[in-house]
Amino acid sequence: MTLLDQPAGSSASVWPPNAHGPRRDPAPLLPDPEPFRLLDTPAADKLDPELLRDLYRRLVLGRRYNQQATTLTKQGRLAVYPASTGQEACQIAAALVLREDDWLFPSYRDTLAVVSRGVRPVEALTLLRGNAHHGWDPKAHRTAPLSTPLATQAPHAVGLAHAARLRGDDVVALTLVGDGGTSEGDFHEALNFAGVLNAPVVFLVQNNGYAISVPLSKQSAAPTLAHKAVGYGISGRLVDGNDAAAVHTVLTEAVEHARSGRGPVLVEAVTYRLEAHTNADDATRYRTPDEVDAWQARDPLTVLERHLRDRDLIDDAGVAAAAEAAEELAAEMRAEFHSEPELDPMSLFTHVYAEPTPQLREQADLLAAELAAEADAR
Amino acid sequence: MSTATAPAASGATTTLTMAQALNSALRDAMREDPTVLVMGEDVGTLGGVFRITDGLAAEFGADRCLDTPLAEAGILGSAVGMAMYGLRPVVELQFDAFAYPAFEQLLSHVAKMRNRTAGRLPLPITIRIPYGGGIGGVEHHSDSSEAYYAHTPGLHVLTPATVADGYGMLRAAIASDDPVVFLEPKRLYWSKDQVTPGPVEPIGRAVVRRQGASATLLTYGPSLPVCLEAAEAAKAEGWDLAVVDLRSLTPFDDETVTAAVRATGRAVVVHEATGFGGPGAEIAARVTERCFHHLAAPVLRVTGFDIPYPPPMLERHHLPGVDRILDAVARLQWEQ
Repeated sequence: MTLLDQPAGSSASVWPPNAHGPRRDPAPLLPDPEPFRLLDTPAADKLDPELLRDLYRRLVLGRRYNQQATTLTKQGRLAVYPASTGQEACQIAAALVLREDDWLFPSYRDTLAVVSRGVRPVEALTLLRGNAHHGWDPKAHRTAPLSTPLATQAPHAVGLAHAARLRGDDVVALTLVGDGGTSEGDFHEALNFAGVLNAPVVFLVQNNGYAISVPLSKQSAAPTLAHKAVGYGISGRLVDGNDAAAVHTVLTEAVEHARSGRGPVLVEAVTYRLEAHTNADDATRYRTPDEVDAWQARDPLTVLERHLRDRDLIDDAGVAAAAEAAEELAAEMRAEFHSEPELDPMSLFTHVYAEPTPQLREQADLLAAELAAEADAR
Repeated sequence: MSTATAPAASGATTTLTMAQALNSALRDAMREDPTVLVMGEDVGTLGGVFRITDGLAAEFGADRCLDTPLAEAGILGSAVGMAMYGLRPVVELQFDAFAYPAFEQLLSHVAKMRNRTAGRLPLPITIRIPYGGGIGGVEHHSDSSEAYYAHTPGLHVLTPATVADGYGMLRAAIASDDPVVFLEPKRLYWSKDQVTPGPVEPIGRAVVRRQGASATLLTYGPSLPVCLEAAEAAKAEGWDLAVVDLRSLTPFDDETVTAAVRATGRAVVVHEATGFGGPGAEIAARVTERCFHHLAAPVLRVTGFDIPYPPPMLERHHLPGVDRILDAVARLQWEQ
């Protein structure tokens, strides 16, 4: 007889009562088997039309933002751009569901979420422009810098949310992670800390199917990424990431759940990166045109516009107005990025420490002398 | 050992172990500043495996002396978020080699956040790490990893060698608006001394622990008592050795070191960490660059061998000892 063959109940009396608790029922934490959807379902009739129109306008704006940023890479105005084309519903909802005093912890593909928090595109894209590592005031916008090392910002979100609770503030932190990022140790540690501390954090995993070129099937054997929540004793939710209304609804509930002290939530939004990883990537090496076409049909912008048109919730004038606002944003981006950024080489030494060390003062003097010599030579 | 009854090191002269002095520094900092918070593995109920946080959970509560899950990246990563929200976390990473899982957080975020955000998000985090050998520890309990930290711009790297510095330097580290890697020589935890707390000195200054005319020993942390012992033994050979306690690897006190070496014209750097690419290489280079015309001999190094830290029954052969230091002093070209 093997261990697996033991008759049921044979070891029932082995353990002392409540040995090494806690023991919790995982059922309430489990995500639904299929991604939650609202658009084109009967439940959508109860949605506020003004919210849907607002989401539509923001999606149009977001799509134009992605297009313009990609164009800027071709013109050499951005060093690199990881587009969120196809993922705009997730980006916009993540920002929209937060209060002004909540915090957003984005990753490098999430500049549209940052812009949706009210940061100017030229500041949101500073890292990718290359004139500085970071553009906006994180405290003013309650938005952490873009994190390039994957999922390393997730523990920051947990720590900030816990600190806010310690200080008596009902602030929520929302962090954005990709499907690849869920394999990182920091993702695991962040979820575990969040569960143990009951920290008011929402983890939004944008599952776009690929970590650069590696498909999800090579990334994880989990039933869904949302199921990962259960192992940490936190709630998992699965949502259609291309259904703006569904993402907005699920994230609103998740934020409320966290804010009310009922614990963190892991939301997996199933979506698709319609563009390559960045402008430097060639997606045709790892995915087929058929696959991309199928997802084009599920484009979040198309899905929402069809929903609004079918129900006469938007007319041609509304569509035109959204497009016009998007063109204004694009024009603003072009204007800002076509002026040269101001660079100050001496600033390299300014913020390494609160006060430069003696060694940095010496090195700053060296650079100042080099700059003076360059100026003399001109 | 218990430090629960250690008097707060504010006011009169008291005799303390370094462990008690560190405990007092944490307690006083927490009393003075409600944003100071201690976190790490076993720091709460147990008081830390070395009892450095003894009694803090009882006095300040579990929220301010937080027993965390066993995950160093998570500990340091969540401390980053806490610091972003205005807290001043003091993180304990239980052993030198147990700090390595936190490396990415330390190098990619803790050291860079101020720089990345042009000063808008300073991270006043103190990272306490018991380090070094000499306590008969099994593998992964005796590393001297200071070179990794000192190689990383944006971090301050401090290590106390006396009981008084255990108190004063930890207070200064916690008060710093920059992240500090605070390396505690675990074999000196039980060293005792009289302490009269004064005002907290700013970090970054070395101190001459012993004046001498023949040669200068440059050292820090666990090797300071060894160097002082070597200097006593050297008297029998006719050498009068100066001993400098660096205290801070970053920032590095070139001024004190340069003056101390120029005064004797000979220098030996002593540390436990492996020699190749170790702090001694940097120190020897800096001394040579600044003191070349004052030197009667090349700057020598006495360090741990370039081997993985040995098993406890062999560690005495690895660690710089009095004889090895005196042998190096003997090679400082006295015959010329």
